[in-house]
Amino acid sequence: MAKRAKTVLERLDWLTIFLVVVLVLIGIMAVYTSEYTSFSEPFFDMQRSHMKQLMFFGISCIIALIIFYTDSKLFFSLANLSYLLGIVLLLVTFAIGGEVKGSRSFIKMGSFTFQPGEVMKIFTALTLSRFLAAAETNFKTLKDRLKGVAIVMIPCVLIILQNETGLALVYFSFFLPMYREGLPNSIIIVGFSGVALFLSSLLVERMPLFIIITAITVLAIVFLWKQILRQRIMIVVVIGAWLVAVGVSQLFVPFVFKNVFQGYQVERIYSMLGQDVPLEFQKPGQQPGKDSDYNVRQSKIAIGSGGLFGKGIMNGTQTKYSFVPEQHTDFVFCGIGEQFGFIGSTVLVLVYLALMLRIVVIAERQRSVFSRVYAYCVAAILFFHFAINLSMTMGLAPVIGITLPMLSYGGTSLMSFIILIAIMLRLDADRHVIIR
Amino acid sequence: MKNIAENPRAWIIGLLFSIMAIVLVFRLFNLQVVDDKYKLLADDQAIYRKVIYPARGSIVDRNNNPVLYNNVAFDLMVTPSKVGKGSGMDTMVFCELLGIDSLTFKKEIDKVINKVGRQKVGVFKADISHELNARLQENMYLFSGFELVERSNRSYPKAAGALLLGYLSEVTPGMLQTERFASYRQGDYVGMSGLENVYEEELRGTRGVQYLVRDVMNRPRDSYKDGELDTAAIAGQELELYLDGDLQAYGEKLMSGKMGSAVAIDPQTGGILAMVSAPSFDPNLLTGSEKGRNFSMLSQMATKPLFNYAIQGAYMPGSTFKPITGLVGLDVGAITPAFGYPCGGGYGACGRFIRCTHAGGGHAANLKVALANSCNSYFCDVFRKVVDYSKFGGVHNGLQKWHDYMYNFGFGHPLGVDITGEKGGQIPDSNYFNGVYSKWNSCTMTIIGMGQGEIALTPLQLANSMCLIANEGYYYTPHFVKSIGKNANHPKLAKFKEKHTPMHIAHESYKAVKDGMEMVVTNGTGRVARLDGVAVCGKTGTVENYASVYGKYTKLDNHSVFVCFAPKDTPKIAIAVIVQNAGYGATWAGPVASLMMEKYLTDTVKRKPLQEKMFNANLIKKYTYVLDSMQRQKDKIRWDMKMAGKLEKERMAKVGDTILTQRMIENFYKLKNK
Repeated sequence: MAKRAKTVLERLDWLTIFLVVVLVLIGIMAVYTSEYTSFSEPFFDMQRSHMKQLMFFGISCIIALIIFYTDSKLFFSLANLSYLLGIVLLLVTFAIGGEVKGSRSFIKMGSFTFQPGEVMKIFTALTLSRFLAAAETNFKTLKDRLKGVAIVMIPCVLIILQNETGLALVYFSFFLPMYREGLPNSIIIVGFSGVALFLSSLLVERMPLFIIITAITVLAIVFLWKQILRQRIMIVVVIGAWLVAVGVSQLFVPFVFKNVFQGYQVERIYSMLGQDVPLEFQKPGQQPGKDSDYNVRQSKIAIGSGGLFGKGIMNGTQTKYSFVPEQHTDFVFCGIGEQFGFIGSTVLVLVYLALMLRIVVIAERQRSVFSRVYAYCVAAILFFHFAINLSMTMGLAPVIGITLPMLSYGGTSLMSFIILIAIMLRLDADRHVIIR
Repeated sequence: MKNIAENPRAWIIGLLFSIMAIVLVFRLFNLQVVDDKYKLLADDQAIYRKVIYPARGSIVDRNNNPVLYNNVAFDLMVTPSKVGKGSGMDTMVFCELLGIDSLTFKKEIDKVINKVGRQKVGVFKADISHELNARLQENMYLFSGFELVERSNRSYPKAAGALLLGYLSEVTPGMLQTERFASYRQGDYVGMSGLENVYEEELRGTRGVQYLVRDVMNRPRDSYKDGELDTAAIAGQELELYLDGDLQAYGEKLMSGKMGSAVAIDPQTGGILAMVSAPSFDPNLLTGSEKGRNFSMLSQMATKPLFNYAIQGAYMPGSTFKPITGLVGLDVGAITPAFGYPCGGGYGACGRFIRCTHAGGGHAANLKVALANSCNSYFCDVFRKVVDYSKFGGVHNGLQKWHDYMYNFGFGHPLGVDITGEKGGQIPDSNYFNGVYSKWNSCTMTIIGMGQGEIALTPLQLANSMCLIANEGYYYTPHFVKSIGKNANHPKLAKFKEKHTPMHIAHESYKAVKDGMEMVVTNGTGRVARLDGVAVCGKTGTVENYASVYGKYTKLDNHSVFVCFAPKDTPKIAIAVIVQNAGYGATWAGPVASLMMEKYLTDTVKRKPLQEKMFNANLIKKYTYVLDSMQRQKDKIRWDMKMAGKLEKERMAKVGDTILTQRMIENFYKLKNK
């Protein structure tokens, strides 16, 4: 049984690596074709986006290699420290952060800009994993559950305060690993009800909504009457739910729309719902309508014009001639949709699905809880980006600046995803070891 | 893998991922496959449809010489809505390029808005110079609301035939409403008159379309789908005319300094060899950027050069009508060729004495001699004999019969020539006389027999009637176009191939009249038209005419009229010439007709002194200008009165309303008080 110990590289999950590399190459091609104008322009021009992206990929590969040759326990032990460092960086950003497109979430060092919120995802994932893996943590207790939520929500709130709502929303994806680790089903129900309540308070007038909520409460009391007779606490729960629902719909949502959300966000949310922004939520001096959904309209035109088979590579009229704004960052999918049509787009969606399911499989085969939770965090972040980005390019979700993993142009985004996945692969290489 | 099976939440998460993927794929399917709205939107946005204007068809004369050339011109077009604020266009740079100030820029834009509205394309500056075009082409992408459109512009090497060829201009909003021009766009050029208008469909060709892909800055980049959807522009078809370009130019030169018309027709085909309307003008005036100014200049001239005297002017034919009177007399049987009238210097059978230029000497011993000497008495008598002919039973029926003859000669109605604006002249019938006179008989209108009185013919009709006599009984509708795109059997030309044989007058009758007309030239009043070796038939005419000047019925100088055709038996050309207020027919109209005939039949003109005399004569009388200005004043007063009447009517209508309301109120109170 003198079986030679496999090297780290041999123990890596090459299927995942293959899928990631495929996505990165698709991304570089999408960036190239969306900028391509004629063959006369040299391909190997470092000034051009696809070459920069290639360079970022090279750097990411080097970082990934370094990660592969690092001891897997290091990530466990550095988790909390890195989290603290991340929080400090986020706080520092408030002081010295530069402003890019209205958000103060960047640290500028010369020509290099760095977004702590992006890297903080990795640190939060590690810390959450370490917390859930800790022997003293009992995730069945409310206290520990709140602790878990706090780990996630602290960076989230900080980032919201930096005006990067899109990035902040990504942190909600950490509820997925927490759910896997035992967050009760009722959380899901409450979550969905919350979303339903949120949407209905935007779409339905206040007074009718109040009546509807009250009617549902009365019905609930009628149906649950016997149970209420047995457990008096039930009536408190129902009345409490009614109070919360009324409070959210009548007070909280209007308050948030008036005072927390930016004008453009309000507009995007309403434009997604196919509604005009009501007068009360309009910011002073704001032009209603028109430009707010320009991106989405152009993006839908680009994707929609692709048809079943697409216009063929380099033949995308909409992306090639820059009709879609931000077409190699957030809206990179437009180029794919236009050039490769429904078939190509579906293949891309399936590649993402394969990658995410593969990560779930990887997560479930871990011996250590730390590795499992971390893998779920990776899957959840990927899923959130994938779902929201594609939904927004297709007009199903409001436009919040969320990149398409591995495809969107941009060094920080690409590197953070590669690092995220590389760490997961490193942990997976040691899946038979208990890491703590 | 066993862990997965153990923990249902892993499955739920996997399921969540899959459901999201399915939702997205479903959405993609909806966007890309089901809904083609986006494809159309994309095309609309990114594909620039460039209209390629074809070269307009050329026009050549019977000798295959071009009567006009096509020049390429560029129009600067603008869509006002794309120019205003927020277009990002640098107006200053644009104005500098064009060499205008921003005030002019705004004015021109406003002009376009007034003309076509904000959303449509209008002409900002027509016919820009080549140099400016080159400069603009380079920078066009900077000015997104503007585009340069290629047009073909005409130029006329012989500077002749302005009215018959017609001119090109931008299609007017009114024309766009009509079915004929429904497919035109604002700013397109269209034939406004003459042949350009009548053969617009053939001349304009088919517009081509080139699809270009444009970027977000509106710059056309590449051809779309390698040009597989493009359609090439098909050039317009060539018109070949019967017109003799040289003869036309020569005729215009002969008629210079005169008012009137000269029409030459090939009797065997009905093809118009020349159609001079004097005063004529250089057709090059109505092309290019000065077009508008020249047009208003021409339209204000007292001599009315834009009026086509050949088809719109109606004249009493005078003595040139006598061959026709004679023919009708012969055909109905009222006279024979041997019939003679004892003219003693005038016709007095109707009380009023109608003077004849000759007295005695048997100058009207028979039809031939009477024609040669142009005896007034003879033809007044013949006319009366026709309408009073016992066979018809009364002058009413007789006049109606005569009217039918006139119709068959092509008088009293437009012939259907293939240029615009033809008028029909006037031939009175018994209704007309019933309306004017309470009681009338053949004496009332006896001078019609000698071409005076209530009849009016266009020069074209006169020339056509000569064709009918020359051909002894038939004519083809006079027309210009011989073939369209080398196809002589083009459906549009079918009606000109039809041989009209409206009457069956005996050969002998024609022979008698033709002999008489020949004698006019050999030893009658029209000896000026004699050509060596050619049997020319002709007839002079000197037409009395009057005008009302300051309420007074004033006699003006006689119109000089001449008709002729030659050779007598195999006619090749028939000409009718009218020179207004010039005097005797043989003095002015005769030489013009004869010189044109000589030019056409022999290619050279030997009678140089006569030609010089014609070239240099200025016969436009001073009172022409007075009459014109009086007419314009009259028109203005009439217009003002009409407008005043309209205003008065509107005012009355309002007052009427008030009265009506008052009455209603009164009635209301009456009822209430009851």
